[in-house]
Amino acid sequence: MAEAIYENLPFENLYWSQMETLPREEMRVLQLERLRKTVDKVRHLPLYREFFEKTKLSGDDIRSLDDIRRLPFTTKAQLLENYPFGHLLIPRHEIARIHGSSGTKSKPTLMAYTRKDLETWANLCARFLYAGGLRSNHLVQVSFGYGLFTGGFGLHYGIECVGAGILPAAAGNTPRQIMFMQDLKTDGLIATPSYAMNIAETVRDMGIKPHELALKFAHFGAEAWTEEMRQVIENLLGIKAFNNYGLSEILGPSISGECWYQNGMHIQEDNFLIECLDPETLEPVPEGTPGELVITNLNKEATSLLRYRTRDIAILDSSPCRCGRTTQRMGRIVGRSDDMVVVRGVNLFPTQIEEALLRVEGVTPHFLIKVERPGAMDEITVQVEIQESHFSDKMSDMDELRRNILHQIQVVTGLRVKLELAAPQTMQRFVGKAKRLEDLRDLHNVQSSQGDKK
Amino acid sequence: MKIKQLSVFLENKPGHLSAICARLADAKINILTLSLADTQQFGILRLIVEQWEQAMKLLQEAGFVVRLTEVVATEINDEPGGLASILRVLETAGLNVEYMYAFTFHAKDKAILVFRFDDPDTAVGVLQRNGINVFDDVELYRLG
Repeated sequence: MAEAIYENLPFENLYWSQMETLPREEMRVLQLERLRKTVDKVRHLPLYREFFEKTKLSGDDIRSLDDIRRLPFTTKAQLLENYPFGHLLIPRHEIARIHGSSGTKSKPTLMAYTRKDLETWANLCARFLYAGGLRSNHLVQVSFGYGLFTGGFGLHYGIECVGAGILPAAAGNTPRQIMFMQDLKTDGLIATPSYAMNIAETVRDMGIKPHELALKFAHFGAEAWTEEMRQVIENLLGIKAFNNYGLSEILGPSISGECWYQNGMHIQEDNFLIECLDPETLEPVPEGTPGELVITNLNKEATSLLRYRTRDIAILDSSPCRCGRTTQRMGRIVGRSDDMVVVRGVNLFPTQIEEALLRVEGVTPHFLIKVERPGAMDEITVQVEIQESHFSDKMSDMDELRRNILHQIQVVTGLRVKLELAAPQTMQRFVGKAKRLEDLRDLHNVQSSQGDKK
Repeated sequence: MKIKQLSVFLENKPGHLSAICARLADAKINILTLSLADTQQFGILRLIVEQWEQAMKLLQEAGFVVRLTEVVATEINDEPGGLASILRVLETAGLNVEYMYAFTFHAKDKAILVFRFDDPDTAVGVLQRNGINVFDDVELYRLG
């Protein structure tokens, strides 16, 4: 059904923007031109002044895209040091909107937008929404939070840009979300993948079959998720689920998004220059090797960051895509360079545990990882919620379930962990970003520096 | 001739067992017997109560995961060799015991064994043919 939306379209209607199919060479020329302009725009900011005064670099010195390596990195810590607006490029009265990160522990990092930035942003979201089959006749349920968080407003105006209808349901109150899906027959869903999972499970538990919903597609973002999770959600809701990526410091959702073929997120290269670096050495990794994404704004007016260290780990992929877009793609986020825990010398990402659990029948993907160091060795405990249907009065059945879980965790992570089984519906559900890791070690004396190299 | 048994999943957290007992006590439900299978990570509580339907509903409403299974209760003489004789019968018939537990009751010289078989009906037949007293629920609850 949904396949037809895409396959039967005339060629000129496949893409939202000609930028999506720009020949590589032209894209690189455009990127270089925009990078040089960006350098000249930002060099007087308090955030970068010291660097540019010392090096005397200007846009003219950037002769190729590789010269980006001569430019300084930007970190979240630096943005906070220059709070609120040491990175603002425009007079205050030209601000059209302010968004920011959650800032649960500290002040938020705030980013500003001009009118044109908001337009650009909506257009970039429209590109991947359109690529996933959104058309003006659809009605989309936005179950992202609205607020400082860029997710809600970003996707909201992207949908509006395509011309489709919006139900700004916001996050939370899952039964009501499902009621809207049934009563209003919404075609699309926007949410975090963990909240979508929550909705999908509730749909299943209410005995609602996928064909009873009108839902056709969903776009998930704002946190890392797995291919296995996609399968589960797609099956429970009867949809195609697309991944998209963005972060407030750069622009919000818009940096990249999947097309119909779901094989990596097309990077909107006319707006962002993405490097993939080893988080320890900050040297580029070979294509296909996971590295930290480092992003430079190429086309934003109110704020423009140079080489922003996202801490998100993913691969880049330049192989051609069946959809005909010429842009480079990025893989799903497999972890964060700061959420990544090094346990017994092994890099562990919470998403790996999720991937393992989704391979085991009888457990839910609700889990918590606790890392402790009672003695000299790290100890990892994974709490996993079992499915009600798989509880047995026989210890042999329960043992088998435990062995399966432990086996899959070892296959995926290479680690032996301690396993605690939790009763169904007892582990915390998340409406926004899920918190899956508690590092209870005191590592101040031993932690290897992942500090920023300035 | 089979008895209803409730099995409850117990997380390895303090207070779970007492919460279950308190719920049943509040509803004036007497536990005829119980057995607890535990590991470091979790436990399985197995209960036999007369008002099993009410107990199951109560515990489920309290958020516990409860499974209903059928077990076989037999009576043996409370003396050396009593259990061995019954196990010999089961072994000869090739019946596999998933788990079992025992308790005694007011009649001094008798003990009750509760067996969990994969195929309880076949097991009841074998036991009865060998002259072993298998309780039905009415008889068993009367003992409590």
